Amino acid sequence: MLIDWFTVIAQVINFLILVWLLKRFLYKPILNAVDARENKVANELKNADAKEAEAQKEKEEFKRKNEEFDQQRNDLLNKAKEEAQAERQRLFEDVREEASYLRAKQQEALRNEGQNLSQEIGRQTQQEVFSIARKILTDLTETSLEERAVDVFVQRLRNLQDNEKKQLASALSTSPGQVLIRTAFDLPQTQRDSIKKAIKETLDIETQPRFETLPDLVSGIELNTDGQKVAWSIADYLTSMQKSIDELLNEQPESKSKSEPQTKNNKAKTEPQTKNNKPRFENEPEAEQELEAETNEPRPKTESEVKTRPATEYNNPRSKKELETEQEFDAKQESEARQEPDAKQESEAKQKSEAEQMPDAKQGSEAKQESEVKQQSGNSPNLWPR
Amino acid sequence: MRLSPDELIFWQYDFIKLNATIVYTWGLMLVMVIGSKTITSKLSTGLERSRWQNILEIIVTGILEQIEDVGLDQPRKYLGFLGTLFLFIAVANLCIIIPGYEPPTGSLSTTAALALCVFVAVPLFGIEEQGISNYLKTYTEPTIIMLPFNIISEISRTLALAIRLFGNIMSGSMIVAILLTITPFIFPDLMIALGLLVGMVQAYIFSILATVYITAATRASKSRSETGQ
Repeated sequence: MLIDWFTVIAQVINFLILVWLLKRFLYKPILNAVDARENKVANELKNADAKEAEAQKEKEEFKRKNEEFDQQRNDLLNKAKEEAQAERQRLFEDVREEASYLRAKQQEALRNEGQNLSQEIGRQTQQEVFSIARKILTDLTETSLEERAVDVFVQRLRNLQDNEKKQLASALSTSPGQVLIRTAFDLPQTQRDSIKKAIKETLDIETQPRFETLPDLVSGIELNTDGQKVAWSIADYLTSMQKSIDELLNEQPESKSKSEPQTKNNKAKTEPQTKNNKPRFENEPEAEQELEAETNEPRPKTESEVKTRPATEYNNPRSKKELETEQEFDAKQESEARQEPDAKQESEAKQKSEAEQMPDAKQGSEAKQESEVKQQSGNSPNLWPR
Repeated sequence: MRLSPDELIFWQYDFIKLNATIVYTWGLMLVMVIGSKTITSKLSTGLERSRWQNILEIIVTGILEQIEDVGLDQPRKYLGFLGTLFLFIAVANLCIIIPGYEPPTGSLSTTAALALCVFVAVPLFGIEEQGISNYLKTYTEPTIIMLPFNIISEISRTLALAIRLFGNIMSGSMIVAILLTITPFIFPDLMIALGLLVGMVQAYIFSILATVYITAATRASKSRSETGQ
């Protein structure tokens, strides 16, 4: 018999023991280890997935932040650029304003300078004119100036407008004793009587005017009463001349080249009329002036000389402008001198002749005459600009 | 000339005796338990592991895969029984390369004991899985007339298991012994190599058959209940 039953039983027991032992020492630990490893691997894979997801998230976050940062940076950059632009614009404006301010200031200074210069010239001219006029007048007064001045004054009184006459009459009637007649010279009794007579004729009022001598009137005569004034003086002619000089002066800085031929024309026009009898060098106007001035003093006093060139301190060399004023002055003197022989000529006619000789100053002087007449007859107490 | 190592008796007291089969079995058991304990005492759960641990893992997971391939749903539950069956037979057969060793599987007593274990284990697993009544009903399938035939097949297949293993291993040992007497060189080695192959195949066959039997016992009710419902 091949089967030994004891051995069979023993082997069964052995086998069961082996099963138990192997289960305990082999399968369980090995399977546990395998499971643990698999879990570990699974966990690690899971962690890796999670980490990858997190990394992806962070990457997106970073990208977003980066974009945000870029955006902010661009914004800031644009803002800075705009600010810089604005600042530049502002600075530019400032500079422009400053420049315009400086330019205005400069212009102002130039204008002031011009004004000062013209005032100075006017002042000097006036002084010259006054001195010349005085000279002439002192030369002429001895003969007939007072009489003619009174005549002209009387004429003016008679020619007053009706309403002006009324005003003057009312003023005289309210205060008959207050009538004051100022003259630059002593009036002889005949002249005083003729003035009184003229007042009575024109205004129908008997007055006892007081007579005063005032050298400042410059060969003039004026009637003053309660706020009313009737006057004649060569000062007004001087004033109108001053005005025309000012106009010329104002014109000159604006267009020198334009005004220069004008003045030359003036000169050319006036000179032949005024200085016909004088020897002259036509081509050298400046030298000619000097020559004239030099030769002024020693010459004998012919009538034409007296007319055009009274002995003044004109000997120093002059600028062209001043020469020009001289020319105008010459013209004026001439017209005045012409006026002298016929004492009846009126101031307006005189102005006309003056204006004829000086086409540029014509308008101005006419206007001046008109305003003067109005002022003389008007209510304003201070009628004379100078 | 011995047909079985049972015949080599070292010690005997009445019917209790220590023959070569039992002694070699103990030796195998010692080697297997000590080896596995030595290896598994320092298991690593990380990716780095020793070669021995790797070998044991491959073996264990391979057995598990085989059991699962046959059709058992919970291979770990049957791993102790089926795995030990395979390992014991395989180790016992592989050790024939050791001179003077006689495999315990070459004893009909051992194979009968293993077959008996299977014979007992199959109904136990079947009853545990589907209850005793259900398991017993499987013997009447498809009709009650088949009951004796089923019982006969149950016994006969157990016998077949025991005889097949015993015959193969015993014949291998016998051939080697005979060849050693005729041609002491080379040919016995070839036959030993052949014996290794046959031993491995037999171990595989035995354990697979046992798995199939258990599967049949545990899944019969399932398939029936699935079809019945």
